Amino acid sequence: MSKKAQLYRTFKDKINSYWMLIWLILVVLTPFLIGFGLFYKSSLIFEEHSLTNLLFSTQWKPLAGKFGFYPFIVSSLLITILAVLISGPICLLAAINLTQYAKSFILKIMQPVIDILAGIPSVIYGVWGIIFVVPFISEDIAPLFGIETSGYNIFSAAIVLSIMIIPFILNILIDVFKAIPEALTEAALSLGATHWQTIKKVLLKKAFPGIISAFSLGISRAFGETIAVLMVAGNITKVPTNIFDAGYPLPALIANNYGEMLSVPLYDSALMLAALLLFIIVLIFNLFSRITIARFEKNM
Amino acid sequence: MENQNIINIENLNLSIGKQHILKNINTSIPKNKITVILGPSGCGKTTLLKSLNRLTDLNPDVKITGKITIDDINIFNTNIDVTEIRRKMGLLAQRPYPLPTSIFNNVTFGLRISGRTNKKFLLPRVERYLKLANLWEEVKDRLHEPASRLSIGQQQRLCLARGLAVDPEIILADEPTSALDPISSAAIEERFIELKENYTVIMVTHILRQAKRIADNVIFMYLGEIIEQGTAEQVFENPQQEITKQYLRGSFY
Repeated sequence: MSKKAQLYRTFKDKINSYWMLIWLILVVLTPFLIGFGLFYKSSLIFEEHSLTNLLFSTQWKPLAGKFGFYPFIVSSLLITILAVLISGPICLLAAINLTQYAKSFILKIMQPVIDILAGIPSVIYGVWGIIFVVPFISEDIAPLFGIETSGYNIFSAAIVLSIMIIPFILNILIDVFKAIPEALTEAALSLGATHWQTIKKVLLKKAFPGIISAFSLGISRAFGETIAVLMVAGNITKVPTNIFDAGYPLPALIANNYGEMLSVPLYDSALMLAALLLFIIVLIFNLFSRITIARFEKNM
Repeated sequence: MENQNIINIENLNLSIGKQHILKNINTSIPKNKITVILGPSGCGKTTLLKSLNRLTDLNPDVKITGKITIDDINIFNTNIDVTEIRRKMGLLAQRPYPLPTSIFNNVTFGLRISGRTNKKFLLPRVERYLKLANLWEEVKDRLHEPASRLSIGQQQRLCLARGLAVDPEIILADEPTSALDPISSAAIEERFIELKENYTVIMVTHILRQAKRIADNVIFMYLGEIIEQGTAEQVFENPQQEITKQYLRGSFY
């Protein structure tokens, strides 16, 4: 090879490794940039309100200059946690069945079904919620508890959301259980364990870190989901006291109001703070799950 | 008791989907001997071993016909408790797979799941079986550490202790030394030779020299069939089949 060609080759090699590094840096920087941007845009509101006041006040009257995020934070947390409580166990049992008991062709059928679930636009889930879940809750479920509700409430939102996050949680859980070597199952069985004992005492333990990451991804997805939840949650600015009360989650607040009424002083900055809160809460969930996993793996 | 057969296999056929993995297997395994199942990779050795304690049940696509009797009990009998059959056999896999828990809990797993959870009952047994697997001295001060912190050779001996702790009659070993260094391998082989006094050992291997070192009986398999079987002397010194001769000469692996 000529010297020139050799130089050109090493040059190409260098260039290629550099531009990939640039993209990597960009990817790593993005969350920081978003976080910083949100903080910068929302910082104006801190000049007039204290953080505790913003977080814990229940008064949301932008025209009167009152910005209490408490109802929105509570709504968001309630809907998300309820949704994960509903779909978490369903996904876990489905994943165990698919990977431990089902014939291999069933998993082959399920994979595209899961992908379809993941691909349905969220507005369709919202419509489905309005025409099916909302009347079901208001006419069939709430009367059982002697409660009157329009059906546009926390519970409906959580049900719609729980269906939406199934594909994300289930996909990871299937991978988690598939990744456990079959020889480990065989080892437990050969010691005289029943299949259920093996699942309960060995596989679930081995899968625990994966289960935590699956659930925390579900939480992150659920927390940020906007349209479908907005369509069925009721969107009333009031602290919900039970799951049949209407709620007004943070993403819905931003989506409903951004672009309107921005002439109201600090309104723009308050909505940015809502976004920042969303960002931080998801971050905390993620951090928490990482710590749990790391702690667990140290003792495995 | 001498020359008594503990396992009899009659017309065993096993297929997964359209793949015919085991073809007309007929053999018997003598008690208190080391029987080595020998043959090139992919010839069905491991599948044969796993069908003995019905680990083949794990794959719902597996179809089995034929009969395996262990202690004169047909293991495919549908009203039999499969955990009882498996408890008769300790399994040692190609690589050690310690359960995700402590050394102590690994050894006592089989006992604990059958309801023996008393520490006073378990503790002497942990010592006994770890000694039997030649691991006690190395781990006696850290029984409650995670098993994953042991070296791979130690883990394999832990798996042996774990298997012995359910008091089996038979030890099934599936290329138990393939992931180990020569010293750890030798330790396992020595164990087997000592253990055959009280146990029946069935070992799958494709290492000819290992088979020659420890086998009393040899079953030579090729492409899902038993080509030749007999005592180690018969098979190694005076093989009858052309394929066996070629394999022993090292013409293929």
